[in-house]
Amino acid sequence: MAVYTMRRLLAAIPVLLAASVLCFLLIDLSGDPLGDLRVAQPPVDPAVIASEEVRMYLDRSVPQRYLLWMTGIGGNGDIGLLQGKFGPSVRGPAFDIGAEIGARFLITLRLVVIALMMAIGLAIVSGVISAVKQYSTVDYLLTFTGFLALAMPAFWIGALIKEGGVWANRELGTGFATIGAASADTRGFTAWESFTDAAAHLFLPTLALMLTGYAALSRYQRASMLEVLNSDYVRLARAKGVRNRVVIRRHALRTALIPLTTVSALVIAGTIDGAIIIERIFQWRGLGDFFLESVSTNDSYSVMGWLMLSGIIVVTANLVADLLYGVLDPRIRYG
Amino acid sequence: MADLQPGLAAPPPVAAEAITTQQRNQARMAARRFLRHRLAVTSLVLFVLVVAFAFLGPLLWSYDHTVDRAIPASTPPSMAHPFGTTTAGQDVMGQVMRGTQQSLKVALTVALISTTVGSLWGAVAGLYGGWVDNLMMRFVDVILVVPLLVLVTAMAGNVRGGTSWWAVALVISAFIWTGTSRVVRGVVLSLREQEFIEACRAMGASNSRIVLRHLIPNAAGPIIVAGTLAVAFAILAEAALSFLGFGIQPPDTSLGLLIENARAAPFTRPWLFYPPGVFIVLIALTINFVGDGMRDALDPRQTMTRR
Repeated sequence: MAVYTMRRLLAAIPVLLAASVLCFLLIDLSGDPLGDLRVAQPPVDPAVIASEEVRMYLDRSVPQRYLLWMTGIGGNGDIGLLQGKFGPSVRGPAFDIGAEIGARFLITLRLVVIALMMAIGLAIVSGVISAVKQYSTVDYLLTFTGFLALAMPAFWIGALIKEGGVWANRELGTGFATIGAASADTRGFTAWESFTDAAAHLFLPTLALMLTGYAALSRYQRASMLEVLNSDYVRLARAKGVRNRVVIRRHALRTALIPLTTVSALVIAGTIDGAIIIERIFQWRGLGDFFLESVSTNDSYSVMGWLMLSGIIVVTANLVADLLYGVLDPRIRYG
Repeated sequence: MADLQPGLAAPPPVAAEAITTQQRNQARMAARRFLRHRLAVTSLVLFVLVVAFAFLGPLLWSYDHTVDRAIPASTPPSMAHPFGTTTAGQDVMGQVMRGTQQSLKVALTVALISTTVGSLWGAVAGLYGGWVDNLMMRFVDVILVVPLLVLVTAMAGNVRGGTSWWAVALVISAFIWTGTSRVVRGVVLSLREQEFIEACRAMGASNSRIVLRHLIPNAAGPIIVAGTLAVAFAILAEAALSFLGFGIQPPDTSLGLLIENARAAPFTRPWLFYPPGVFIVLIALTINFVGDGMRDALDPRQTMTRR
């Protein structure tokens, strides 16, 4: 197992390196970070543009810039992913990309993690019910809901949920929080009050973000549960006279949960996509908002850093899923 | 010789025999299986109706998506304006027609490009095997490392100034062909071990002939299904891009843009918010069901009976 873990860890490194080349080239070649400055009216002094080019390392060739971006050797000390520095920003020398990402990371993390957990939990419950009651009304209803959730754009359902909250607040006097990740003024809050405040702000966005992941996962859970329920050892357990609930819980569900680890890792990528949209709708100042800001200001190093960060999260998730698979499924032995 | 003809002529076929020998080629059998799939057929009809609405509708309907002085501002649905009107004085039905048309153009182009590139990529990788396969599929892995919508947004953000529908389509298809290529490679890996490919080789067929004439036609089922999935994904991706402001730009419109403009309206002016959303759901849902039906219909192991 230790050898296998090491091997998988080492195999992830070339993938990430190749992904870094891809991210760098895509962003570096497709846009000019100083494009807005060059066409600004009234025209900007060429000397200013030249000094900006030097600050953004645009005076160097593409391969040189990539090496610099990765290692930071030969830079001004503000660049080099391996040293944990993301590079200069077009938004001025004072704008520290790393600090900005760090400040926003936790906000987005709690949204994504809670939405994923809820999606997985709900998917297991509804997948099992669908499988056990196959072709019943409940099954058809859940299946239809799943298909609908898959076909609904995240921003549409997000906007609907948000405006639903606003409407309920106005008409029914409920207290849904619909803007931001926390109240605008949190001075004087006790730890408990901060916690409940954050939880209240999480409720609607999480609901919106959860739906897409839930839809995909519940389909897989239903299929894998059905497969197990039709297998020989479940039939044997039933033949021995084991009670139905015990068969489903202890014999079938345990095995049917294993494939879900892999699928959950895949759903993480979709949830990151969704978080960008949900943050925009609920006006969270999280990583998704930072990404959109960076894309619209052509802040190339911010965008590259963001792409790498999400790539690392996805690769890590896949790695963890693969390793968990070995732990959960005794039929798999890594040589 | 002529006098021998009548005697040699085959006896006229018996009625029962005529039925059993009715010609059944692959396509006809698939079509029959598809037609038995009630949900898939209904979905196909609905999808065709949506396409007709988007492409023929603007020719028949008296308003387009632009502002017109004759249109009253912000009125709920009525006979003259079945989907209502906007504050600026646009007919929502005209807008939805134009939006659906632009979104469908993007989605169908994406499906075409990603299916072509993906199947060629997958078939070549699967056929050659070895280091070629390794290199090509690692490339696919690397693209799939970063979440797709993030990649697409990052690229689209750099395409400035009046992004047209084909630019959006190109950006989306630049990344989503990877899914198709994985599917096709899997199919080709099993196909290439079969005797008919061996026979082709023995007859001296070139690799390109094997890929184009034998591997891709035999993988048609999974390829078509991947194509329908690409349509559904592209509709959602285009809408998300336009919603974020990196897709199709005003004065042109798309379904995502219409929702973005009506984001705060679901409870105050629902006629602005629901129609574009319903059309997105309709397209994504029906095309998924059509794909499902096709998967069953094109699977040669399926029997004629419906499950």
